[in-house]
Amino acid sequence: MPVDLFTEKIDQNKSIEPRDPMPDDYRYHLIRQISQHAHSEVIGMQPEGNWITRAPSLRSKMILLAKIQDEGGHGLYLYSAAETLGISREEMIEQLQTGKARYSNIFNYPALTWADIGAIGWLVDGAAIVNQVMLQRTSYGPYARAMVRICKEESFHQRQGYEIMAKMAAGTPEQHEMAQDALNRWWAPALMMFGPPDAESLHSKKAFQWKIKRESNDALRQKFIDKTVQQTEVIGLKIPDPGLRFNEETGHYETSPLNWDEFYRVINGNGPCNRQRIEHHKKVHAEGQWVREAAAAYAEKLRTGVLEQ
Amino acid sequence: MTKKDALFQYCLRLGDDAVVLGHRLAELCSRGPFLEEDLALTNIALDLTGQAQLFFLYAAELDNKGQSADDLVYRRPERQFYNHLLCEQPNTDFGYTIVRQFLFSAYHCFLLEDLCTSQDEHLADISKKALKESRYHLSHATDWMVRLGQGTKESKQRAQQALDALWMYTGELFEMDDIDLQLLEANVAADLHTIRNMWQQEIAQTLKRAGLQQPEDNFMQTGSRKGVHTEHLGHLLAEMQSLVRAYPEAAW
Amino acid sequence: MDTQLDLWEVFVQSKSGQPFKHAGSVHASDKQMALQNARDVYTRRGETSGLWVVRAVDIVAADLEDSEMLFDPSNEKIYRHPTFYEVPEGAKNI
Repeated sequence: MPVDLFTEKIDQNKSIEPRDPMPDDYRYHLIRQISQHAHSEVIGMQPEGNWITRAPSLRSKMILLAKIQDEGGHGLYLYSAAETLGISREEMIEQLQTGKARYSNIFNYPALTWADIGAIGWLVDGAAIVNQVMLQRTSYGPYARAMVRICKEESFHQRQGYEIMAKMAAGTPEQHEMAQDALNRWWAPALMMFGPPDAESLHSKKAFQWKIKRESNDALRQKFIDKTVQQTEVIGLKIPDPGLRFNEETGHYETSPLNWDEFYRVINGNGPCNRQRIEHHKKVHAEGQWVREAAAAYAEKLRTGVLEQ
Repeated sequence: MTKKDALFQYCLRLGDDAVVLGHRLAELCSRGPFLEEDLALTNIALDLTGQAQLFFLYAAELDNKGQSADDLVYRRPERQFYNHLLCEQPNTDFGYTIVRQFLFSAYHCFLLEDLCTSQDEHLADISKKALKESRYHLSHATDWMVRLGQGTKESKQRAQQALDALWMYTGELFEMDDIDLQLLEANVAADLHTIRNMWQQEIAQTLKRAGLQQPEDNFMQTGSRKGVHTEHLGHLLAEMQSLVRAYPEAAW
Repeated sequence: MDTQLDLWEVFVQSKSGQPFKHAGSVHASDKQMALQNARDVYTRRGETSGLWVVRAVDIVAADLEDSEMLFDPSNEKIYRHPTFYEVPEGAKNI
């Protein structure tokens, strides 16, 4: 009976709210997806954080700080959305740290030069936005609302990255080289952010049925490729793919096949930074333990009247 | 020294405090004890970096030698930085971070409040904007002082340890040299002696609420007015200035 | 010890006189911290004139299963809407 209400709502394109009845599978699928999304935002703070202390101007430092702070905020919105499904933030953090939950594979790559900050904003945020725009219409209310807020706030992120790339591409020969090098390293990983080709995608079928996902991996990837190729030409850089060509008939760009073996190798733990990212998270979380304990103990003293607020 | 030169120097000091402490807090991005606090610390870092930018823009204008605000931050050598030693002390742990912020923000609020009525209008304008932000920094730090002091045995001990270690850098906040005196006479700069009294009351009041012991005013470190720092600043600047120094011709 | 701290719901008023709208939630141990965290998380882009926080456990929500009983009856009361009434032609300012 309750599940019928659920199906009815999905059929009518109505959003599902936290206290609505929903099938267990739907709940688990969402917890997995939203927490993975939240972890991606939080782990994503690290590669960019690697450059905050070396940002080359006050302006670029403030922009980068604000952007990384946004990502923390977005992680927080998403954790909150997942919490409405009955999992605690503590549990999600534990799943992240024990490898039970994943985060976007892209953050297992290192940010080596200042141009990487440009490439991350332009390509990684650019790819994320394509996906997130779709998720604004996802069926779970709190998730969709978080995405609306996130999309609104992220609109400056991609421009920030593109501006850095454009400046460097038009700068000294050394800067131009750094910009091209960053594009070379981030291009393929950015395309892989949309997930495996539709034929191999594990979780897609049900996600479509439940209207959690509304466009396929390949369709989203194509959208991203089409707009990025043009942006690359404008700033005088080259897409690192000899197979790239425009198909007049379809009106889309075609690219060489991606190296999915590398994708699976990295996602299964053997990328350049997997261990480093999780170790960083564990260390910080452990170091914060005494602070959280102090705050909780203080609140308890207020509650029991030992202290006055 | 002309009044303009004195004011230039004065702006550098104000800017250096903000940029260096802002940098320390920026180092904590993705390292907060929990996500909300991570964002809070970043906000303070952003506020201070923004304040620094205003002070340096003004300094560059006064200097009028073709140096930009960024040149002042990214191309100036260590011995010409004039931030207080307190601001450059490393983060160490959340206890140090909060105690450093508390001691500085209390000073900063009184200083900026005073500068809001400076005869130099531009300085007064920057101070008005900065004061709003710094009041929030103080309130945030004060709340945490009480939480740590009244929280657990460990938090109390850590806060006390940070307080004991950082106290010797507080004397310097109230030192006045010729530049201060010259500008004070022209009603441009703040009177740090008056501010010291207010600061002491503010600190004592919070420490009492937090159940923390105020350290004795024994030996106080000094040097920043002459650009003589602790060893920590050199590393901070080496990192902060690395890109600009490696590619001096490039624009970012 | 549970150290993820309590969950609070955050409501933001974007302009004076406007209703407060639910913005999201934060974790915090006490009221002060809840307000500060809400400020740092949900008002980063300005345009805020008011902020409320309330512990999530204190919010009472209607059950979806009760929604027919709770909400449908008011659909029938069309006389509550101004368009229900006939206004003689020519009458102004009503």
